Amino acid sequence: MATDVEANGAAEPVLEVAPGPHVASGSLTTRRMMGDVLLALLPLVVVAVALFRQAALLQMAIAAVATVGGEALFARWRGRRATLGDGSALVTGLILGLSLPPGAPWYVGAIGGLAAAGLGKAVFGGLGQNIFNPAMVGRAFVMIAFPAALGAEAYLAPAAAAATTGATPLTALQMTGEVAPLGPLWLGLTAGSVGETGALAALAGGLYLCIRRTAAWQIPTGMLLAAAVIAGLVSLAGGSFTPAHHLGAGALMFGAFFIATDPVSSPLTPKGRFVFGAGTGALVMLMRTLSGYPEGVMFAILIMNAFTPLINRATIPTPVGGPVPRRA
Amino acid sequence: MSAAATALPGSGRIARGVRPDTRKALAADAPVEALPAPPTVTLPLVQHTGAPCVALVKSRDTVEADAKVADTDAFVSAPIHTPVAGTVQRAGVVTLPNGRHLAAIPVKTAEGAPGPEAVYADVLGGDWPLDDADGRDPEDVLRAIREAGLVGQGGAAFPTHVKLKPNPEKPVDTLLVNGCECEPYLTADYRLAVEAPAAVLAGARLAARACGARAIFVAVEDHLHGARQALRGAAGPTDITVAEVQTRYPMGGEKQTVRAVLGRTIPTGGLPLDVGVVVINVATAAAIARAVQRGKPLTHRIVTVTGGGIRTPKNLLVAIGTPYRALLDACGGLTEEAARVVAGGPMMGFAIGDLDAPVTKGTSGVVALTRADVRHAAETACVRCGRCVDVCPLNLVPSRIALAARHKDWDLARRYHMAACMECGCCAYVCPASLPLVQLMRMGKAQMPRETGG
Repeated sequence: MATDVEANGAAEPVLEVAPGPHVASGSLTTRRMMGDVLLALLPLVVVAVALFRQAALLQMAIAAVATVGGEALFARWRGRRATLGDGSALVTGLILGLSLPPGAPWYVGAIGGLAAAGLGKAVFGGLGQNIFNPAMVGRAFVMIAFPAALGAEAYLAPAAAAATTGATPLTALQMTGEVAPLGPLWLGLTAGSVGETGALAALAGGLYLCIRRTAAWQIPTGMLLAAAVIAGLVSLAGGSFTPAHHLGAGALMFGAFFIATDPVSSPLTPKGRFVFGAGTGALVMLMRTLSGYPEGVMFAILIMNAFTPLINRATIPTPVGGPVPRRA
Repeated sequence: MSAAATALPGSGRIARGVRPDTRKALAADAPVEALPAPPTVTLPLVQHTGAPCVALVKSRDTVEADAKVADTDAFVSAPIHTPVAGTVQRAGVVTLPNGRHLAAIPVKTAEGAPGPEAVYADVLGGDWPLDDADGRDPEDVLRAIREAGLVGQGGAAFPTHVKLKPNPEKPVDTLLVNGCECEPYLTADYRLAVEAPAAVLAGARLAARACGARAIFVAVEDHLHGARQALRGAAGPTDITVAEVQTRYPMGGEKQTVRAVLGRTIPTGGLPLDVGVVVINVATAAAIARAVQRGKPLTHRIVTVTGGGIRTPKNLLVAIGTPYRALLDACGGLTEEAARVVAGGPMMGFAIGDLDAPVTKGTSGVVALTRADVRHAAETACVRCGRCVDVCPLNLVPSRIALAARHKDWDLARRYHMAACMECGCCAYVCPASLPLVQLMRMGKAQMPRETGG
């Protein structure tokens, strides 16, 4: 069109055309979310190392290396660029390591990490596509493959540091009806998986995640609430564990804040997240009280992961102003 | 929040939304400057939502300033007038930033066009009596608005006379004048409210008269103190309420403003009319006053030229049809860091591909963004973090809708209410994976087959 105004001599910068919005908050990236999780895991890692020394370090290192390596390997096989930069594989590996018993043989973490990266994630199409929590897929895989290495006996193995060797509080409850004192239970001075014993540490890191909104607060809230209510009923019915015991025991706190909150395998909407959390908490209590397993966090989360698409479908929010009217 | 704001029927707030850096300080204190008429103005034949106009003039015709050059009989349309006296050139085609290719009439400006002071005095200066609305026949007001070619100046450019025409089935009780200007960077509405508050209020009175509204509210965001003071000062002890609302994007969206100020919820797919409200932009209100009280058509408007990529941000009063390039030149031109020039605001505006395209009736700003502003991380996988759900002002699930649109799964898109999306861009603004959510939804809405039967 008109060229009358083009007489401006200065060289013009090249202008690009792109769809809006033309600005982005930039404060949040997938990588930063994963960095947040790593930071929030720090208290748990400190407790784990303090309790189990090199056994803890070894479990975390083996699982992390195996998961990250597995991610790179499977990405290569699929002809994709490895997405290690986002830190998601590292988070998966670390959570897997923290969920293993300190005395597990080295190949358990290694195979678990490969299963987490491969069966947990790559087979579904990589980050964002997996239906189940990859760390829990890895853990379930090794639990079924090596029952002896992950059963109650694993926590008695001599590799674990002296102070905390013995049956886990939940196993003890199931076997002998013995009730662990609350203080050591919450501080983590009990037998258990590398990173699950420090309930207080998990709570601290988890609250940080919720405040940063990297984890959706509705999930741990729903999960702990449901577990507490059911634990209360059980205790009224004559159970020897109070709700405070149940919340502090096993992987409940760790699972509520760090495992169930995996965004990929949990629902999208606030309401859906609460339902998901409550369902997980209820399943944990169901397994703890009625099943042969002393603990149930892993299976509870995997089962609820399977329900995530259904929960999403059932909790589609109504738009402001009501649903879109159907055209006549 | 002031006492007056808490007395509103609504809460003054919106749910969800985002708070981008407003960057309004760049141009907020720059008084409106009139830009001299360019050598040629280019007038596209569609500058509104509705039927295209047909040219009333032909090449080599001589036209006076304010002469009507295009019109149509269609109801939902608005005539087009030339801002300058001059000679009509051969009709051509322009591509507007929104991607539409439109026939356009160029008018070569004759010698002796009025200078900047005269233009400013003509458009914004002088007295704007607030008390003459009641004596006017609503029909006359509507006719004057139609003849002046008024369209909504907030962006959608819907013909104003259509919006204001009383509908016996849907009576209107409230007129809401929208001065929220929630888009970052833009200060055109703010400067108008500061410099010509009486014009805004006089226009509001006339609009209320035309549509039959009894109550008048003017909404401004609570950080725009100057606008609030000027409007309250000009309103005096009248029935006009200047409402302060929370500063939050997209407060200026019709649904959001109506809910924040009046506490009424516009149904999905509906209009403010469905809840007894008519919403007009402050610039539209001022243009109504000028059209009715002075018989002048819509030929000029205030455009904010701002952003980190412009040397001297300004608020310019420009002739409609002026090329964007002339606006940039009047502000010292682009800096070396400029990477993208946007017509409108950075959230919902369109990137300009051709700087020779003309300013139209709906152009509220030109924002030159720098390389750092528009730097966008590469798209990564959606991790379903749900941030988009947390910020969607309409309570939708944007990531689901966008992915349904990408895979053309129309059942899923419908189930998630895709058609309710207003493309405000909050979701894409926060997305950690840099998904082009708005683009996907726009594409989906355009491609989704219409429902049959039902």
